[in-house]
Amino acid sequence: MIRLENVDKVYRTERVETLALQNINLDVTQGEFISIMGPSGCGKSTLLNLIGLLDAPSSGTLALDGESVGKSGDKKLAKVRNEKLGFVFQSFHLVPDLTVVDNVEIPLLYRKMGGAERRRLALAALDRVGLASRVHHFPTQLSGGQQQRVAIARAIVGRPRVLLADEPTGNLDSQMGDEIMEILHGLNRDDNTTIVMVTHDDRFAKQTSRIVRLFDGRQVA
Amino acid sequence: MKTQLKLALKVLARRKFFTFISLFGISMTLLVLMVATAVLDNVYSPRAPESKFDRALLVLSIAQIGPEATMTTNPGYAFLEKYVRTMPDIEAASIFSEARQTRMYVGNGRIDTILKRTDGAYWRICNFTFLEGRPYTQQEDDAGAHVAVITDKLRQKLFGNAPAVGKMIELEGDHFRVIGVVPSVAITRIAAWADIWAPIGTMRSSSYREAFTGDFSGVVLARSRADMPRLKRDFASRMERAQPSDPKMFKKIVAGLDTPFEASARGMFAGTKFRDRAPFVLAALLVTAAVLFMTLPALNLITLNLSRTLERASEIGVRKAFGAPRRALMSQFVFENIVITVLGGVIGFLLAAGAIQWLNFMSFLPDMRFDLNVRIFGYGMLIAVFFGIFSGVYPAWRMARLNPVNALRGGVQ
Repeated sequence: MIRLENVDKVYRTERVETLALQNINLDVTQGEFISIMGPSGCGKSTLLNLIGLLDAPSSGTLALDGESVGKSGDKKLAKVRNEKLGFVFQSFHLVPDLTVVDNVEIPLLYRKMGGAERRRLALAALDRVGLASRVHHFPTQLSGGQQQRVAIARAIVGRPRVLLADEPTGNLDSQMGDEIMEILHGLNRDDNTTIVMVTHDDRFAKQTSRIVRLFDGRQVA
Repeated sequence: MKTQLKLALKVLARRKFFTFISLFGISMTLLVLMVATAVLDNVYSPRAPESKFDRALLVLSIAQIGPEATMTTNPGYAFLEKYVRTMPDIEAASIFSEARQTRMYVGNGRIDTILKRTDGAYWRICNFTFLEGRPYTQQEDDAGAHVAVITDKLRQKLFGNAPAVGKMIELEGDHFRVIGVVPSVAITRIAAWADIWAPIGTMRSSSYREAFTGDFSGVVLARSRADMPRLKRDFASRMERAQPSDPKMFKKIVAGLDTPFEASARGMFAGTKFRDRAPFVLAALLVTAAVLFMTLPALNLITLNLSRTLERASEIGVRKAFGAPRRALMSQFVFENIVITVLGGVIGFLLAAGAIQWLNFMSFLPDMRFDLNVRIFGYGMLIAVFFGIFSGVYPAWRMARLNPVNALRGGVQ
């Protein structure tokens, strides 16, 4: 499903060159739920951003579904992100001006789809994360756990095959974290959604099928 | 579209100070532009008594060009009779003199007034409402009948509130019988403006009949607007064959059948190298002035929009992550900008309506009544949309190009 071969990521400024990732080789199969761990600054989020096509590798190849996409143009990348990928962020990144249901509809705005169908899918996604009763609330009216559930509903509303979660429980207490993990496991189990999760939490990482460990930009396990 | 509109309105509602500053700048700019448009519309749009002038073509000046000299003057009666009155397939053609200031004496008082001499067809082309009496006919012009039409304002000065028809007035040493009274006309009406109208045939000397140049103008009323290009072409080909008044000095005549706008443009640029392209040059100047006038508030709006990029970085990052291509983001931000400028346009229109009421109330220009109609509202909205695009594209382009990773971190590098 996801394949990285000899991937490097270098950040360059006028004076400094920083090697963020070095020679990463990774294969993630359809339906796997893996976690990426490592100390702060080791390149976990950079790796997730590369897999999520939010950033391009400096060298090496990146393929999704057997198709090389690492250096595609904006339009192609946007289409792949929209159809195949879903994102869950540590700080939720909900649009404060929009209601819960409008937030969840965002990925569908970039598909050819009528408003009624969009609304139906968004409500179904919210129902799935247990927030059917909060659809017209604004993000600031929800707890952290509820906001993260909205973010998950937004990530899955377009039925992506891959869910990329960047420390999804990082801003939540342990009980809420457990609830979020339960939802993610449900998606992985019931929909065969491939999940790549960055986490600092050993407890949650151990619940996944494989742990990829990074240190100073290198893959150590 | 509905979602975009909803978001745009919410963004405006949330950032009240930004919204106020933006709307203030936009609405003030559009207020000035709409008042200016209302003035131009008043001057150039067909309205009584020139209500048929959407199909009228004027000859206000002719230029005779030779190797040594160029002479630009009003056409004379002979020129107009030969080349304008004889235009084929038209509804009517008329010759009228320049509006000329003259004096009348009533008792011990003096009245400065404006006299125009016209033929009979003039009254078929200009659509006056007669408050009293009637216009004079072509037969009366041909016979040199001493009859006159005056305005209601002049009637008030001459006769108070009494009816004027049948009364005699003295004008440049001749006596005329008033046969009609019409409402006063604004100075901006090229063909209709005057206080007194009298037949051309009442002029003391008949030498004007032979004059190639002089102080007359001509107007042709086309049967329909669709006929106007043909008439212009016909007249242009007549001018190619026309003989200048002095063939030794001049080799060709340049004149056109012009719409009121084209005619005034030709008048403004008479004697300059832009004369042949005068309507285009005047239109270009007006558009340039409007664009320059919009530039400062547009720059202000661009700066405000750019400063908001940071605030919206997270949203941009999210939209990109979920599949928004740059083009979609650009159109969203430009759309938001258009929403605010159109709102500013509506406010500007309401303010302009108030300003125009005030201008009319103060009567700075006699007999001119400005108004804001659907056409001016349309122009205003067009200006607002242009303004929205003009000030929205660059910030939108910057926002749409944000790196999604940086944007999600809340940065704009």
